[in-house]
Amino acid sequence: MRSKGWGVLIAGPRAGARVTRSARNMAHLYGWLLLLPAAALLALFTHYPALGTIYHSFYSTPRANRPSVYVGLDNYQSMVEDPVFWQAVTNNLIFCIGTIPASIALALLMAVWVNGKIRGRGLLRTAFFTPTILPMIAVANIWMFFYTPDYGLIDQIRGLFGLPGFNWLGTRNTALWCLIVVTVWKEAGFFMIFYLAALQQIPPDLSEAAAIEGSSRWYFFRRVTFPLLMPTTLFVLVNAVINSFRMVDHVVVMTRGGPDNATSLLLFHIYEVGFKFWDVGYAAALTVVLLAVLALVALGQFFALDRRIHYR
Amino acid sequence: MSEIVVAGITKAWGGVVAVDRVSFTARAGELLVLLGPSGCGKSTTLRLIAGLEEATAGTVQIGGRDVTQLPPSARQIAMVFQSYALFPHLTVAENIVFGLKVRRVPAAERARRLQRVAELVGLAQLLERKPAQLSGGQRQRVALGRAIIAEAPVCLMDEPLSNLDAQLRQEMRAEIRALQQRLGMTMVYVTHDQTEAMTMADQIILLREGRIEHSASPDEIYARPATSFTARFIGTPPMNLLRLADSLGGAAIAASNGPAVLAGHGEAMLLGIRPEHLRIANVGGVTAEVVASEYLGADTVVQCRIGDQSLSVRGAGHLRLGKGTPVRLTWSAEDAHLFDASSGQRRTDGPAMLAP
Repeated sequence: MRSKGWGVLIAGPRAGARVTRSARNMAHLYGWLLLLPAAALLALFTHYPALGTIYHSFYSTPRANRPSVYVGLDNYQSMVEDPVFWQAVTNNLIFCIGTIPASIALALLMAVWVNGKIRGRGLLRTAFFTPTILPMIAVANIWMFFYTPDYGLIDQIRGLFGLPGFNWLGTRNTALWCLIVVTVWKEAGFFMIFYLAALQQIPPDLSEAAAIEGSSRWYFFRRVTFPLLMPTTLFVLVNAVINSFRMVDHVVVMTRGGPDNATSLLLFHIYEVGFKFWDVGYAAALTVVLLAVLALVALGQFFALDRRIHYR
Repeated sequence: MSEIVVAGITKAWGGVVAVDRVSFTARAGELLVLLGPSGCGKSTTLRLIAGLEEATAGTVQIGGRDVTQLPPSARQIAMVFQSYALFPHLTVAENIVFGLKVRRVPAAERARRLQRVAELVGLAQLLERKPAQLSGGQRQRVALGRAIIAEAPVCLMDEPLSNLDAQLRQEMRAEIRALQQRLGMTMVYVTHDQTEAMTMADQIILLREGRIEHSASPDEIYARPATSFTARFIGTPPMNLLRLADSLGGAAIAASNGPAVLAGHGEAMLLGIRPEHLRIANVGGVTAEVVASEYLGADTVVQCRIGDQSLSVRGAGHLRLGKGTPVRLTWSAEDAHLFDASSGQRRTDGPAMLAP
């Protein structure tokens, strides 16, 4: 498809004239040469490692006294029996459900707000976008101070009402939700930018036409604005899902998976297995599962939602 | 009835006055055209009537009710936008019934009215399409359908035909006019195209820099333009305006050696004659020199020069006149207009016109 596109582009000026076979081959060659640098980098750093991971997942981890041997599905078998893996899967699902809808809804709300004609709009937009610019490590450290028992911001405020200190990050029931709040805070501003750009693409006459027909602002949002934002929503949703499996910085900084694996997300688990316990065979198997899940989710989103989306 | 009365309406943004104390009345069932060059405030005036802009001063009454403070939805109006403002993700049918759904008209009633409107605007076959799958003319019809299905007594149109090609524009012009008369709507129609204004309007309001320059019927505005601006704006090619100079027996066209065209002082006045009222004669008349000629099929527009003043002459058929040919031009005294050179106002108190 792509090589055909290049061929047409290059042969274009001569369309109608007789294009000889060798000239067409030259055009193909030229196209491939142009693609080569990017393709080589992709193959080297993305495709080869991905295939390598699948390969290694069928082999045992090499040890000093015992080289790696083919073990078939043994790594996958031990995964099914590994309670920490299932804990990480559950945690990650809760993390997805906690972060994705909340960050998207908040992003949309903020975008609609700063798209209106209000005073200090520029300042507000900057404020909403700031968390995106900060590195996750910095964000995690800032929030650590908020969550610190007794001295942290949250406990200080609780103290004003006479409530006792609470170890937010050290308690099984609250630790994961603490991470969820940090993630939503960080992601919403980023997604807001996409919504804001999309909102500004909607011509203002549409709302005027609807106003003349007597539609309320909420009705207009529901029937017109939101459907027209669906392409953006899909894009943001795919990104949000990928991010919820991809981000581990805050786990590393704030909880290291604890207490008692309560905040261990899949990628953090892989990181621990691979680079702390050096069980690379098992880590490869875990990675394959993560990639497969992500691929399935992304495909599902595109096929299920794409048909119902209006693209301009 | 649904008469529209605009009284002293003014719109200013900061220090810039876009619409300056404009007053007019559109009688019920009448098509009123707001005409003028771009930036004259015609669209703003329409948006003030619609309630999409808030008036700085003045009032708008629709059907005897003061609507100045009311939101657009409470004014019982329909509007067609220049860009059509169709909802791109909705089908033609959904676009047309959008307002009925908002107003919670029952489904059976909606279907019945949709059927009728679709036939009226010729969209019955295209109801399931999306706007992107329609041609410009079809989109225009959807916008029209959405405006008339509400059965609002007042319809506002903001340059609805400016995105269409010339052929289609001519067809839609007749169609909109026929529809307006058939449904008995009061229509305010904004355009910069004087042909549209002349062919469609019951009443034309010519705006210039936010003020009314002339308000009259097409006949009146063409036959007795109130100002030299109106005279130049209405009619193609525009009216010739020629400076006068006092000479023997009255005033003659400046720099001509011709006869007097005005029985009295002509300094500081402009003589106006439409190209179609000038005739090329064999004897008498004012001598002019041909500069160029444009053959249009049914007639020819000949550009001429009298001294340093240029004028155009419209003659039937193909006039073959080469550059530099001397011609004699005559006209009837009743076809001549007189304007004040500095204020541009029509002079009715001036000396009598003379036919050359």
